[in-house]
Amino acid sequence: MNATARVQTWIDERLNLEEALSPLREKTVPVHRHSTWYFLGGLTLFLFGIQLLTGVLLLLYYHPSAGEAYESVQNITNRVQFGWLVRSIHSWSANLMVFCAFAHMFSVALARAYRKPRELTWISGVILLFLVLGFGFSGYLLPWNTRAFFATKVGTEVAGQLPVLGHAIMVFMRGGEDVSGATLTRFFGLHIAILPALTIGILISHLMLVQKFGASVPESVEKDWEKHPERKKEMLFFPNFFLRELIGWYAALAVVIALAVFLPSELGTKADPFSPAPPGIKPEWYFLAQFQTLKLIPAHILSLDGELLGILGFGLGGAAWLGLPFIEDFVGARRVRWVKVGIIFVMIYLASMSVLGYVSR
Amino acid sequence: MVTRALPGECPFEKQNATSMPRRTALRFLVGTMVASVASLLYPVLRYLVPPPESGMSANEALAARIDELKPNSGKTFRFGSRPALLVRLASGEYRSTSAVCTHLGCTVQYRPETSQIWCACHNGCYDLTGKNVSGPPPRALDAYEVNVRGQEIYVIRKQAA
Amino acid sequence: MCLVMLVPCALAEQARNSCVDCHSKLEGNLRVVVDQSLASVHGHKGMSCTTCHGGNGEVEAKDKAHGAGFRGRISRAQVTELCGSCHADGERMKTFNPSLRTDQLALYHTSVHGKKRDQGDERVAVCTDCHGAHDILPISDPRSPVHPANVASTCKQCHSDGGLMKSYRLASTQYADFSESVHHEAMAVRGDLSAPTCSTCHGSHGAVPPGSASVANVCSTCHVLQAQFFNESVHKDAFPEGCATCHGSHKIKHPDDNFVGLAKGAACAECHSADDDPGQAAQAIHDRLTQFEAQISDTRALMDRAANAGMDVADAELEMAQAKDALTKARVRVHTASLPRVEAELSTGKMVAIKAHNTAEEALRERNRRRKELLIPVTAFLAVVISLGAYIRELERKPSD
Repeated sequence: MNATARVQTWIDERLNLEEALSPLREKTVPVHRHSTWYFLGGLTLFLFGIQLLTGVLLLLYYHPSAGEAYESVQNITNRVQFGWLVRSIHSWSANLMVFCAFAHMFSVALARAYRKPRELTWISGVILLFLVLGFGFSGYLLPWNTRAFFATKVGTEVAGQLPVLGHAIMVFMRGGEDVSGATLTRFFGLHIAILPALTIGILISHLMLVQKFGASVPESVEKDWEKHPERKKEMLFFPNFFLRELIGWYAALAVVIALAVFLPSELGTKADPFSPAPPGIKPEWYFLAQFQTLKLIPAHILSLDGELLGILGFGLGGAAWLGLPFIEDFVGARRVRWVKVGIIFVMIYLASMSVLGYVSR
Repeated sequence: MVTRALPGECPFEKQNATSMPRRTALRFLVGTMVASVASLLYPVLRYLVPPPESGMSANEALAARIDELKPNSGKTFRFGSRPALLVRLASGEYRSTSAVCTHLGCTVQYRPETSQIWCACHNGCYDLTGKNVSGPPPRALDAYEVNVRGQEIYVIRKQAA
Repeated sequence: MCLVMLVPCALAEQARNSCVDCHSKLEGNLRVVVDQSLASVHGHKGMSCTTCHGGNGEVEAKDKAHGAGFRGRISRAQVTELCGSCHADGERMKTFNPSLRTDQLALYHTSVHGKKRDQGDERVAVCTDCHGAHDILPISDPRSPVHPANVASTCKQCHSDGGLMKSYRLASTQYADFSESVHHEAMAVRGDLSAPTCSTCHGSHGAVPPGSASVANVCSTCHVLQAQFFNESVHKDAFPEGCATCHGSHKIKHPDDNFVGLAKGAACAECHSADDDPGQAAQAIHDRLTQFEAQISDTRALMDRAANAGMDVADAELEMAQAKDALTKARVRVHTASLPRVEAELSTGKMVAIKAHNTAEEALRERNRRRKELLIPVTAFLAVVISLGAYIRELERKPSD
């Protein structure tokens, strides 16, 4: 036996690795004309991995206090060797990860992969999306520049509009009445400890659920295979599917690095709580749709405050989205097509609101 | 039908790969992957080594050396990306303020004859704490703290929390 | 009525003011609005109608109210002496505000307004024309007609009246000229209350146009260095009017580099030409200044390019500030009318500008280096992707091949 085989046997005798790994060896992935969409989940995971790595690197030089945060990011960008690269990769990979998460979610929704028995997988996935948006919101403040400061101010103010609990929630988020150094400390703790812990926990459940139920196949393909079993095709996860995934991952990494080099993230100016907000403050692109919606809602609708209605609308929308598998059960098998139309409508709405938010002043 | 590696030839099973093209392809793959990892590892390792003066923040600057200034004289130095003024009083003490005039932004200077800080643009005058005492300037100059460490004189900017 | 200004009124006499009881019901000039006088600085110090007008403010009957000591309407001829009866009385003023000056009346008598009024001219300005009568506010109050920001508009009420000024053989264009000046802009647009207005150069109570020989003294209060350099230059003896010769008196615009030199509209071209040495020196000064300014803009553009590409140009920013300082100093030294002195400043400036330029260029070189170095990982990744593709194909080749 050669060296690798001897090491394998040594481990196996003690840890029974063979037993644990054999299901993975047998794991297959269905192959059909929509299979390419299967790569999106792994891509999101890969980008999350990049975030963890670059995040830890940034942590080595970042100072999480209002007096030093901006300067420490300046130090990383201008003085630390390849600091500019680590920082810009972290920023671009964050954007791409959010995009992939949305794409993965919408492709799953359109394929109606949330059907029984995969409801829990869907719910854990939507929760993961909310956690990812939380990462985006909390991380955005950390450079403590003007843009981040005012974006956070506006964002937390929106939360404060909720009835009854709104003010308490806002004070809890901000660590006080206003956005200050206390907010920075809180967001930092959120971004590097609380959210990672929650995310990893839920991510493991999500992956275990995917492992348990396997990849879902679109109904049309399923029916076709039922009628013509000889057409059914599968692929081994290891090595065939995984090697293909690696292609995607390397391509994504190349894109992230190229973006970091050609479009590095800006430092901006240090946040000054006493100066007025610069005109045209906008949140990051993944919050633009909600932001634009709130801007378009009239101030009052039937004597109720428009912005409040908007926020409650988002809440209801989020809850409905979370419970999508149950909505389908609720409307019944005949109206399933309407659910799909609804999903497409949501996608179009979010896309167009984001574009509108981007171009408007 | 399941796409799988040819039986007995999956690299994740015992090493029984027999075909040459397969082995070459694998070796090539491993080689390029190692190269790609190296190209990533290099910047990471360089990153981990701290740069020489990373301790210096934009709130602190080295203004002068201990015997550089004679009593009753001043020096303009760089603080962040703006000029700042270090004054040595006749008594030997040091004072430091921003050197950007609060009127129209000209660079101020120390005037030994009057022991005041003066702006040549419109004759604005400040005292040694930075307070505007005559002429157009509407506000005082920001005052900084001076810290003598051994042979070096550091100037520190107070930060609002 | 007093409730409107409850706190400030606390000090004012709450005694019956029968003057107002009657006069608030009258029309026209005899109508007195209560708020006006109580809100004024005199009202706050406890004075009322009778302080200036005499009479008795505690009785209703007109003949008693207008009885002994009643001065009635104060004529224009009487205004200054009436105001001066308190304001020129040091002992009296001390009981109200010891730091207030008491020389206003004395100064007034030295002014053009005062002299003319002493000769019997009733059209010239007296105290009430500038300060108001019943509603006098402290000059620090932005509503006061003699607050620095309002002085010019107050003077303009007479001095822009063409007909009135013509009768004194005076121009009436001063306000119009002044409102185009850089000093007016500083005050009105930028809110710089230290900027000069009419009273700064002419005086307020002792208002006289500064004599032509003393104009420069006025300007040099703020523009110290320019005056100093001018006095060292050959132009001092040639031009007794000093600064106003080239810069004008009211319509002082911000000079740009084209003000120097021999081009049309330049100040130097009024006397000099390309045929004389000074003229050539003037043109040379102009050329050096514009050249340096162009150098600064080029460097600025380069720095902006580097900054937009995400590079750090903080070092260059400081050097740029120093270069701009050098340009300002060089421009100030134009008043020496000496080419070597201007060039000395410019050469210091040039060295700094070159440093800034090099810093910006280095930043751009670094940016380009990063873009080229990008090829290393990208090529490695491309190689991996290709190998992956080849290996997958190998793995999945059918055994029949």
